[in-house]
Amino acid sequence: MNFYGYKRPDGRVGVRNKVLILPASVCASDTTRIIAQQVVGSVTFNNQLGCSQVASDQQFTMDVMAGYAANPNVYGTVVVSLGCENCQMDLVVEAIKERTNKPLKQVIIQEAGGTLKAIDQAVRYAKEMVEEASLLQKEAFPMSELIIGTECGGSDPTSGLAANPLIGKLSDLIVAEGGTSILSETTEFIGAEHLLARRAATPEVHDRIFEIVHRYEAALRLVGEEVREGNPSPGNKAGGLTCLEEKSLGCIHKGGHTSVNAVYDYAKQVEAKQGLVIMDTPGNDPSSVAGMVAGGAQIVVFSTGRGTPTGNPLAPVIKITGNRITYANMVDNIDVDASPVIYGTKTLDELGEELLKLTQEVACGKQTKAESLGYTEMAIARVCNFV
Amino acid sequence: MLNAMIVEPQDNVVVAIEPIKKGDTVTYKCAGEEKTLTALEDITIYHKLAACDIAKGQPISKYGEHIGLAARDIKAGEHVHCHNLEEHRENLDSKG
Repeated sequence: MNFYGYKRPDGRVGVRNKVLILPASVCASDTTRIIAQQVVGSVTFNNQLGCSQVASDQQFTMDVMAGYAANPNVYGTVVVSLGCENCQMDLVVEAIKERTNKPLKQVIIQEAGGTLKAIDQAVRYAKEMVEEASLLQKEAFPMSELIIGTECGGSDPTSGLAANPLIGKLSDLIVAEGGTSILSETTEFIGAEHLLARRAATPEVHDRIFEIVHRYEAALRLVGEEVREGNPSPGNKAGGLTCLEEKSLGCIHKGGHTSVNAVYDYAKQVEAKQGLVIMDTPGNDPSSVAGMVAGGAQIVVFSTGRGTPTGNPLAPVIKITGNRITYANMVDNIDVDASPVIYGTKTLDELGEELLKLTQEVACGKQTKAESLGYTEMAIARVCNFV
Repeated sequence: MLNAMIVEPQDNVVVAIEPIKKGDTVTYKCAGEEKTLTALEDITIYHKLAACDIAKGQPISKYGEHIGLAARDIKAGEHVHCHNLEEHRENLDSKG
């Protein structure tokens, strides 16, 4: 099976062709918003971080920034920094160049002489990049070039019964095509980690699965908190999910049935053609999705029970619910109704083939509902408070 | 008509897949066989109810795995949720 995508100079293949206006810190984020508003074909996001962070916290931010610039859906990047932040321009540029050789421009607000001059420079760079990007022609590539990020948010019991098993079916099909599927949300492995560990391809992966779960629980205890205090959320509970273990046992269905071949740290670059891998991300949706997109996921498949509009600046997000009431209620936001799995009117195999077809169409350019409504929110995982 | 489902045959809770009223017959398929019980209270769609009596302290199972412990004696047909399930973190290292 093939899709039509964009070949990048680093060898990877994008399903979108965007120019990224990358804010190196919170202090550049309003500026990048103004720049992106001026240049059709460019995207940005609100980076609330990039300064006053301890090293491990800053590393998450750096990896997301570098990974976003390297994501194959991006043609090229204009980095905008204030000038005095911890995520210095030269560090950001170096981190991006470690991952990709795609077009890259830099604007430092303090050096440019303030807002208007910085915007002028960056808009001209971005406009030129969009023009270059628009000349690129799509070519056919095998589905094995795809890295699919899987996520669940606003879950309810139907997520574990229908939507996540459907995503798991897609994961199995993508793996069979030779592609890559990322299972994420470490907090939602808790109580189900043994089931994933049994599927580890190697003893190292087996041990890493337990390690990331225990490390997450221990990190929260260091600040005197327990992971289950805010998880399940009030909405999860109202929907019928009682406890974290129940949520986790439903969550891991997104990983299908193939072996777990690798465990990646948050936002690190995922190699293509890896089969099923895990990324150590929070259960929080926008920051988990950001980690996988930074890892190189071109498409995100997202289950929801309660319903959510969420999208991403770079990757199309395909929304799936197993709750027939939610599908009817939020049909403008949700792409796929998985509830036939529960009511026996369609099999998981039938819906899986339909979802694979939709994924191929989205890879070829079909807009998801989150894209057509313009949803681009995101967050970056944190280690601790600002310094 | 089926108005509930069980995920794994060894589970002791079933999931309502239709709104269920107190006194309704709850029907679900378990390993190909139709089973019934009576709902002891209203059950919101997609919430859980006990498939059998569960004694206080016993594990509550869904997906064939433990999701918590019964915080008190639970009768077949009762709603199972935060009010009668005690969260319990098991050490699963040896089960992997």
